[in-house]
Amino acid sequence: MLRQDYNRIDPKRRNVLDYRKKQFADPAYKETEYPHRLNFYATPPTADITLEQFEQWAIDRLRILAELEACSFRNKSPAETASHMKPLLEKYLPLDSNTSSSSKLFAERQKDHYSHFILRLAFASTEDLRRRFSRVETMLFRLRLNEDTLRERNAFVQSINLDCEPVTEEERNEYRDELAATAGFRKNNEDELWFKVDWERVPDLVEGRRVFLKAGKAYVPSREQASMVVAEFTQRLERALELTARALPRLDEDDRLTPILDHLSKNFTTPDASYNSSTSSVPGADISARNVDALSSHFPLCMQHLHRSLRRDSHLKHFGRLQYTLFLKGIGLNLEESLVFWRTSFNKVSDDTFNKEYKYNVRHSYGDVGGDSNRRGGGYSPFSCQKILTEHPPGPGEAHGCPYRHFNLENLNTLLQGVGISDRAVLQGVKQDKDSQKFHMACNRVFEYVHKKEIQKAKEEGIMTSAQLETIVHPNEYFKRSYLLKNLGKVKTEDVKMEG
Amino acid sequence: MPHSVSNSPPNDMEQIMGDASPQNGDSQTTDNDIPMAEAEETPTATDGDEKKDVKLEDLFADVDSDDEFPSSKPAETKPSSSPEAPSSPMDIETDVKASDPEIMRMFYQRLFPWRHLFQWLNHSPTPTNDFGHREFALTLQGDIYLRYMSYPTSDLLRKDILSKMPSRFEIGPVYTTNPRDRKTLRNLSAFKPLSKELCFDIDLTDYDDIRTCCDKANICNKCWQFMTMAIKVIDAALRDDFGFKHIMWVYSGRRGAHAWVCDKKARVMDDQKRRAVAGYLEVIRGGAQSGKKVNVRRPLHPHLSRSLDILAPHFQTDVLESQDPWSTPARAEHLLSLLPDKTLNDSLRKKWDSSPGRASASKWADIDAVAKSGAGGKSLDTRTLLEAKQDVVLEYTYPRLDIEVSKKLNHLLKSPFVVHPGTGRVCVPINTKRLEEFDPLAVPTVQGLLAEIDGWEGGGGGGGAGAEEEGKGENVQDWEKTSLKPYIEAFRGFVLALMKDERDPKVKRERDEDEGMEF
Repeated sequence: MLRQDYNRIDPKRRNVLDYRKKQFADPAYKETEYPHRLNFYATPPTADITLEQFEQWAIDRLRILAELEACSFRNKSPAETASHMKPLLEKYLPLDSNTSSSSKLFAERQKDHYSHFILRLAFASTEDLRRRFSRVETMLFRLRLNEDTLRERNAFVQSINLDCEPVTEEERNEYRDELAATAGFRKNNEDELWFKVDWERVPDLVEGRRVFLKAGKAYVPSREQASMVVAEFTQRLERALELTARALPRLDEDDRLTPILDHLSKNFTTPDASYNSSTSSVPGADISARNVDALSSHFPLCMQHLHRSLRRDSHLKHFGRLQYTLFLKGIGLNLEESLVFWRTSFNKVSDDTFNKEYKYNVRHSYGDVGGDSNRRGGGYSPFSCQKILTEHPPGPGEAHGCPYRHFNLENLNTLLQGVGISDRAVLQGVKQDKDSQKFHMACNRVFEYVHKKEIQKAKEEGIMTSAQLETIVHPNEYFKRSYLLKNLGKVKTEDVKMEG
Repeated sequence: MPHSVSNSPPNDMEQIMGDASPQNGDSQTTDNDIPMAEAEETPTATDGDEKKDVKLEDLFADVDSDDEFPSSKPAETKPSSSPEAPSSPMDIETDVKASDPEIMRMFYQRLFPWRHLFQWLNHSPTPTNDFGHREFALTLQGDIYLRYMSYPTSDLLRKDILSKMPSRFEIGPVYTTNPRDRKTLRNLSAFKPLSKELCFDIDLTDYDDIRTCCDKANICNKCWQFMTMAIKVIDAALRDDFGFKHIMWVYSGRRGAHAWVCDKKARVMDDQKRRAVAGYLEVIRGGAQSGKKVNVRRPLHPHLSRSLDILAPHFQTDVLESQDPWSTPARAEHLLSLLPDKTLNDSLRKKWDSSPGRASASKWADIDAVAKSGAGGKSLDTRTLLEAKQDVVLEYTYPRLDIEVSKKLNHLLKSPFVVHPGTGRVCVPINTKRLEEFDPLAVPTVQGLLAEIDGWEGGGGGGGAGAEEEGKGENVQDWEKTSLKPYIEAFRGFVLALMKDERDPKVKRERDEDEGMEF
């Protein structure tokens, strides 16, 4: 295939330039104005900035984005995120509204504008980075949109020209009941403005059944417009990132910016990825198929539940098997032992059925079979709490997921008591954590209760620093820590310093 | 498959010529059938003979151009000339399993609607990328699973299926490039799924905690009613709310049904939009331990109130009366756990304990009766109770979707008209206009169908071999001789309507508006 030279000017634009000056052509400087606080980042910046500014602005924005991502990993509600981010935003990336008489208005908006585009360059290179970047940028945008005053928001929304059709009076009368049902409890929706758009434009409203649908059109109340604006923002950003990625090779010649950009994108690591399988195994432990029953006392509640379900039914459904297999893989059960474990656990099925229906999946999880990338990557990595909490909620008859989140309180208490936790204070605490959706906290609370003595001892003797005892956000970390604490005397912890 | 590549240009030509006039489709096939009539003249011969025959064909499959249009019609089996004919269908029906390769071969060769399948996926009579870049996944005998297969034309697909004899095959998405070439691409991210029908999968095993008649893979007409309700609710939502028009429901061969939403708009949806539709339709959430499975906001969303209207009559007859879901104390306890008031529950429990074996319909009526009599405690207001009862109705009737199938663009789903290897039943389309009449246990099986072909006697009175009738018989294809006929005709109608909409956007828009006015 012929590749177009990147330095070649787009044929359509060629005539615009004087052909004699073509080789000296540069992107022309354009005066930028920032009439609104928010920005769709449609036009790239053209003014000169110093290298120090380039780096500093990018780092400041990156700090904000990383923090936002961390908030989402910790499962914070939008309100909590907003209050958590407020001081940070003021420090690193302030953005005042038009009504404030701040003299730095232009400087603030310029920094916001430029830093966004710098990070675009840094994160356009791979698909994975692009996805994460557009996710967190969308979060930032949504956060800012929500704290905007109504007037400014409306002015901004007008300026970006979303095409949506207002719902006529007739239609409103015709669908009065339906519209009222989606408007929620508020009774004064008579005066509310409604817009009619293709439902594809507001997928999140559709998913939550928050709009009325008729023949492919969604009837959106004006206050839900924010979600449309956000969707539009994401969409445009994703498209722009693709284009940036294609233009990136041109940057290779620039030896000033490339190192900075590389550095930036490398620092943007997922907190989630901090769990590393090489540090997870516990030396000295007998990790084998016949020992899983004994080890299961060190498992977090989700895995204990899977284990108990497996023992009770001699069967687990697909996602349960996946979650449990990967966990076992994470604690160091090798493929052969894992196959032995599953074979003996599924004692109601024939060898034939097992080999046909289940064996492949186990092998696939270990990277023994499957596509190239799966085998090279050694299969999947064990699920983090984040993943278990947010992906694939269990359906009828399924035992995976996080008990603190996916069980109702009664069943959760039964399960907790079943594994020997009947302390009233702990159960009460778990209930509060569950009510406020702090599922990690509930799990860690149980961990601390079960290992109270050992933690005390470990702290006193200085075997583990408090950094090593911070909040657990991975089932495998739970196991490892539990095992080490319960075997304080037997295992030399010096060799296995935990990364935390 | 190097030979398929070398062979494809002539095929394309033939295909184009063959398909350019879909109206003449039938006669065309028959014309092409003629040269092959000899090759297949032995449908009633012994198994051994036929096996040999077919294997020879396979060996020379790509050399023998006749094979491109093998007969879908056997040499006429005149009852007078071949008296042993009736005996062979009996053999087939009684002795042979559906997964038997010979049975499958005959089915694929003589009955499977290849042309319609091709047109359905291709959206046009001439081969396009919609078909050529479409992934097929074949499950071969012995559970070998071949993914990323693709075929330029329907005949190549047919030929490959006939040579590999998969026990079933699945349909995946259309990719950016030919799936077979994916490894030749410089960067793998360029190989992406582009479009696929929006699919739904409903399986009766997900109803195990509320159906009392059967469990696991077993079904009967009683619990099939759950499927009837599910199809009604989902179909209504897809048509009225999302505005989709080309929706095909297919019986999955054993215990479930699939929906294929084929509108262009639905096919090009990305994962986020698929997730949105799935979330919109999903009501029953939570695993075995999560207690109350229905948690919906009030006031009820229009989709839910419409669904309740559809489901309420079914709840009375198909759940309360025929399933009797709360007959045992343990099951009744589950009902109580869904009700909001402790005092009410206690009085109900007392009442039911004193009369064991009380029917579920009476128990359901008791709730209101007891509440009205004032045994419900002071805190209980009628609205809370009504809402709880609505939730119970939803939990016992609302469709339980296997949601993962719908969420992902690149999910594979078993093709329509494939034979279920366990039951031998053909995955036939379900007529939603006559949904109540659909009987999963009466769906044609391969064995039965092959027997029907052999037992076919010219459609008419049977005995008379008049010249006119004979002439008519020549134009009759094998599927027309069997009970598969209405299903294939329905499929053809569906495909033609779909192609019409794809072909002529202008007409489509006009019709859209017309339909819009109706609502």
